[in-house]
Amino acid sequence: MTSEGNVRGAALLYTALTLVAALMLLPFAWVFFGAFKSQAEILAAPGAWLPRSFTDFSNFIELFERRQFGTYLGNSLVVSGLTVICNVFFCSLAGYALAKIAFRGSRFVFGCVIAAMMIPYIALFVPSFFIIVQMGLLNTLTGIVLPIAVMPIGVFIMRQFALSVPNELLEAARLDGAGEFRIFFSIFLPLVGPAIATVAIITFLNSWNYFLWPLIVAQNQDTFTLPVGLAVASQGAKSTEYGLLLSGAIVVLLPVLILFVFLQRYFVRGIAATGLK
Amino acid sequence: MSHADIRPDPSNRWRSATAWIFVAPFLVIFFVFTAIPALIALIYSFTDIGVADIRHPLSVNFTFFATFARVLTNAGFLKSLVTTGIFVVIGVPLTMAIGLALALALNSGIKRLRATYRAAFYLPVITNIVAAAVIWQYAFTLRGPVNTFLASLGLQGPNWLGNPDMAITTVILLTTWRNVGTCMVLFLAGLQGIPGDVYEAAAIDGASARRRFLHITLPLLKPATLLVTVLMTVSYMNIFDEPYLLTKGGPLGATRSVALWVYEQFGHGNIAAAMAGSYVMLVIVALLGLLQLRMLRTAS
Repeated sequence: MTSEGNVRGAALLYTALTLVAALMLLPFAWVFFGAFKSQAEILAAPGAWLPRSFTDFSNFIELFERRQFGTYLGNSLVVSGLTVICNVFFCSLAGYALAKIAFRGSRFVFGCVIAAMMIPYIALFVPSFFIIVQMGLLNTLTGIVLPIAVMPIGVFIMRQFALSVPNELLEAARLDGAGEFRIFFSIFLPLVGPAIATVAIITFLNSWNYFLWPLIVAQNQDTFTLPVGLAVASQGAKSTEYGLLLSGAIVVLLPVLILFVFLQRYFVRGIAATGLK
Repeated sequence: MSHADIRPDPSNRWRSATAWIFVAPFLVIFFVFTAIPALIALIYSFTDIGVADIRHPLSVNFTFFATFARVLTNAGFLKSLVTTGIFVVIGVPLTMAIGLALALALNSGIKRLRATYRAAFYLPVITNIVAAAVIWQYAFTLRGPVNTFLASLGLQGPNWLGNPDMAITTVILLTTWRNVGTCMVLFLAGLQGIPGDVYEAAAIDGASARRRFLHITLPLLKPATLLVTVLMTVSYMNIFDEPYLLTKGGPLGATRSVALWVYEQFGHGNIAAAMAGSYVMLVIVALLGLLQLRMLRTAS
C-alpha cells in the first residue's frame, strides 16, 4: 500500500466517522435549539434551525413556576441520592464478603446475583407492584427506591474489583485480631475507590433514568420524578408545546451530560463490566 | 492458614456469620423484589385475580390454565409477540452491525480524536429515554426538523409517527440510536483483545484486508459477538420505553410490544392476564438467553 493510499484511506475514515458522529449528535442540537423557541417559532413552517434568542428562558421559568418541575427535580434528586448511597454501601459490603470471606453459601449468593442480573425488572413489575401495595409504600419515594437499593450489577462490580485486592493485606489484619467490619472499613474501602466511583455512576444513571417503576408507583404529582413528570406532560393535553417539553428534556439531560463530560472513563468502565462478565 | 490453627472453630463461625450479615441487604432486596415476585407471578397466573383482589390476595379462585389459555389465544397478545419479534429481528442485527462498524473504524489505528468519537457514539446510551422520546416526537412530527430538512432537498417527508409501518421504523431508529454505543464499547473491548502480531503475520503472507477481516477478526471476535447478541436480544425482547413514549403502542397497535401489552392489561385491571403475559415473556427470554449462553460457552 502506498502512503498516498494511506492518507486517502485515513481521510475517508475521518469523513465517515465525523458524518456518523454528527448524525448521532443531531438530536442534542434539536433539543438545545428547540428549548429556546417560542410556540410560534415551533409552529412556523418552514421552521428555522436556530431560535431567535438563546437568552430567552421563558420556557424554563414556565416549567418551574407553573408546571411543578421544581418538585419533580427535588424528587429525582432524593431518589438518585438515596439509591447511590444505599448501593455504594450495601454493594461494597456484599462484594467484599463474596470475594474475600470464604463462607458456606457464598456460591448460592453469587448465583442469586447472576440470576438477578439476568431477569429484566420489566418482567416482574406487576407482582412487585403488588408487594409495594402490601407494604403500604405506594406513592412514596421509598417505594420507588427500595427495589433498586442494592443492584446486582453493583454487587457484581464490587466483587470483581475486590478479587484484585491482595489477600495478604487482609490476612495480616486478621492475624492482628481485627474483625471483618474493621477490615472492611479501614483496609478494604480505601483500596477500592475506582470501583466505588463506577458503582456510584452506574447506580446514579440507572436511578436518574428509571422510568417504568416510578411511573406506576408514583400516583400523583407530589411523588413524580423528572422522567415521569416529563412523560405525563408529553402525553397530556398540551403534548404539542414542544418548546416547553424540550426545555423539560434539557432539565432531565443536563446533570447526566455534565457528569459524563467529567467522568467519562467510569461510564465506559461500567458498561464494559456489565458486558464482560 | 495459620490463623485457622490458632483460633479454630469459633472465629470461622463468626466470620461466616459476618459474611451473611454483609450479604443480607442484597439478599433481602433480591428475595422481596425478584424471587418472590417471580413466584407470585407464577402462582397468580393460575388464578382469576383482578384489580379488586390486590388488597385481599388470598381470596382468589384457582382457574389453572384458563388465564394462560386466554392469553395465548388473545389476538392482541399474539400480535404483540409478532411485533416484538419484528423489533428483535430488525433491531438486533441493525444495532450490532452499526456498533461493529464503528468499533472497527475506531480500532483501525487512528489516534486523533479517537476518544471524542467514542464519547459521541456513547452519549445516546446515557440519554434519558423520556427526554429522547420528547426530542424524537418533536423532530419527527409532520412539519418538524426532519421533514423540513427533507423538504429543503425537495423530498416529501413521510408521516413518521402516524403511519403504522413508518411508526415501527421510527421506534427502531430511536432504539438503535440508544443501543449502538453499548455494542460499540463491547466490540471495541473484544477487538483490543486480538493480538496485533496475528494481523502482521497475515499481512506478510499477503492476505487482503477483506480476507483478514473474514478469517481473523470475525472468528476471534466470536465471544464478544455472542455476548452482544445476548444483551441486545434480551433488551429488544423487553422493549417498553421507546414504543410506550413515542407512539403509545399505536398507531393501530403497530408498535405494541409484549411488555406494553402487559402494562396495558395491568392498567385495565386484568392482573392475572398481565402476570401470565409477563411469564410467557420471561420464559421466552430465559430460553433464548440460555441457548445463546450455551453457544457462548462452546465458542470460548
